[in-house]
Amino acid sequence: MNHETMMQVENLKVHFDVSSEGDMLWTKRKKLQAVNGVSFELKSGETLGIVGESGCGKSTLARAIISMVPAETGRVLWFGKDLLALNKTEMRKHRKEIQMIFQDPLASLNPRMTIGEIIAEPLKTHYPKTSKADIKARVGDVMNKVGLLENLINRYPHEFSGGQCQRIGIARALILKPKLIICDEPVSALDVSIQAQVINLLMDLQKEMGLTLIFIAHDLSIVKHISTKIMVLYMGNIVELAKSEDIYNHPRHPYTQALISAVPIPDPKIEKNKDLILIEGDLPSPINPPSGCVFRTRCKKAQDICSQEKPELKKAASSHEVACHFND
Amino acid sequence: MSLLEVNNLQVQFETTDGIVSAVNNVSFSLEEGKILAIVGESGSGKSQTVFAMMGLLDQNGHATGSVKFEDQEILNLSISELNLIRSEKIAIIFQDPMTSLNPYMKVSAQMAEVLIHHKGLSKTDAIKQSISMLDAVQIPDARNLIRMYPHEFSGGMRQRVMIAMSLLCHPKLLIADEPTTALDVTVQAQIMHLLSDIQKEFGTSIILITHDLGVVAGNSDETLVMYGGQVMEIATTELIYASPTHPYTQGLMSAVPRLDDNAVKLKTIQGNPPDAMLDPVGCPFSPRCKFSKDICSTHTPELLETGENKHFRACHVAFKELL
Repeated sequence: MNHETMMQVENLKVHFDVSSEGDMLWTKRKKLQAVNGVSFELKSGETLGIVGESGCGKSTLARAIISMVPAETGRVLWFGKDLLALNKTEMRKHRKEIQMIFQDPLASLNPRMTIGEIIAEPLKTHYPKTSKADIKARVGDVMNKVGLLENLINRYPHEFSGGQCQRIGIARALILKPKLIICDEPVSALDVSIQAQVINLLMDLQKEMGLTLIFIAHDLSIVKHISTKIMVLYMGNIVELAKSEDIYNHPRHPYTQALISAVPIPDPKIEKNKDLILIEGDLPSPINPPSGCVFRTRCKKAQDICSQEKPELKKAASSHEVACHFND
Repeated sequence: MSLLEVNNLQVQFETTDGIVSAVNNVSFSLEEGKILAIVGESGSGKSQTVFAMMGLLDQNGHATGSVKFEDQEILNLSISELNLIRSEKIAIIFQDPMTSLNPYMKVSAQMAEVLIHHKGLSKTDAIKQSISMLDAVQIPDARNLIRMYPHEFSGGMRQRVMIAMSLLCHPKLLIADEPTTALDVTVQAQIMHLLSDIQKEFGTSIILITHDLGVVAGNSDETLVMYGGQVMEIATTELIYASPTHPYTQGLMSAVPRLDDNAVKLKTIQGNPPDAMLDPVGCPFSPRCKFSKDICSTHTPELLETGENKHFRACHVAFKELL
């Protein structure tokens, strides 16, 4: 597999306007910085895992990449072309190269369409001239790929279990033969035994079709299993970015260290003798984030400098980047 | 003597489509001061088992069998009798702390209500005790925060409030129904740490219901695995993780990706979870089981002791044949 750079994200920022109690018409709206200057590179064939707790901006980041939410500043270079600078018609051409799979498998499928129609819809939208026979063949083909029987083509989504619905979602994403698939918490609504089926399916498809994946999840064990590279987000900032085994074996940022320590391992011998690193307190308000390093309010290593200066994401080792004043 | 003894518990729901059997012939016991984990996937009947014990089933549900708490039968008691047991002897905390707290009442009023109702305390005393309980679950500045509404707390803090509330009457048994499922992992670690502190401090027995095998591993003495409304295996947590003897337990354990493991491919359990609408004939796991024989689809296996101390399994196939 060739490892050319597929996507380069530079200083991406997304904010939302929020209103609060007692706002008047003339009050200046407060801003919630959901993604705060994120930069990274994605090579083809890679799987980039994005982890972080709820509200850290992982879904917003994914959506901003494909312009589902407007970005404030920054560039998303897709094979050298800035996606954020494109108009709608031009963007459409590239949309079919990037597809998305969502968290709630049933809610992301239209209940009044048969699964055949659901899976065919992207094809009909992007290639309206495709003949009916062709569409049927392509739909059948992709259903086979994700392990759905072709004779189910005229059923409705409610007739399927959660795991099967997620397979339908995957089939819909695959029918356009995309280069990149963004998976936003694709297995968190599924049971353990079904989760493993879907993860294996995604990994098999990736190998077979040479896909690149961005895999968002809050479950670090799953992300580590599927990803080649992991990005750890905290309050809209990248705190650490490294190869997946490096993140687990040598986490450098205090937040990553606590996060890894908090993940329970299904083995009583390990779990009952573990030195747990507990993070004190709660996430600060994203409307009024701490100055300097956003993690400093909960960090054991925090010094004066952490409140004054925001640590930049710097190279700590080869392909291991950390944003901390004290990374050693 | 066991604190809690459940025998042949059966829970059925009448629906417009027919009768749904949610729990079939569940039996287990819990000793004082121990933590029992009930694991299973969605629809396995783990929550309905404890709801039946506490008289919390929906109106169309009914339970048969026996649940003895300190030798007293508590299944299907009247509301007034149950109210003597709830909170004072058995308390329960739920998965979603936001929907189990009343959004219209300040935390102080909700907590005081428990003590006024059950212990007949005055409002001032009740609030004083509530504050000290909030301190015990490590809520900072409890004196002031108690006057806030539930929505003003974060998810983790709300779960702490729920735990504090459930402990007000010093129950002997605390049932925690997926207490950390709605929380982030770092908060989950805080809450589980708190629960184990409480267990040590107050000597409370705990039934921990969860689908997360990692949480079970670090926080329980015994583990009960449920599937399709039936008990598949019960053993000490150490034993069940070291050598699971039921095909379902084995499948479940190997389907979980582990952070400390570099397996390239996850082992899967083929097929889908069972349909509760269908009458349970035979072993509920048999359609997905690699080892399934003819007898598995016709006769329900009994829960039998394996020979090792307090290790029970329900499977027609001998353990030796699974290896």
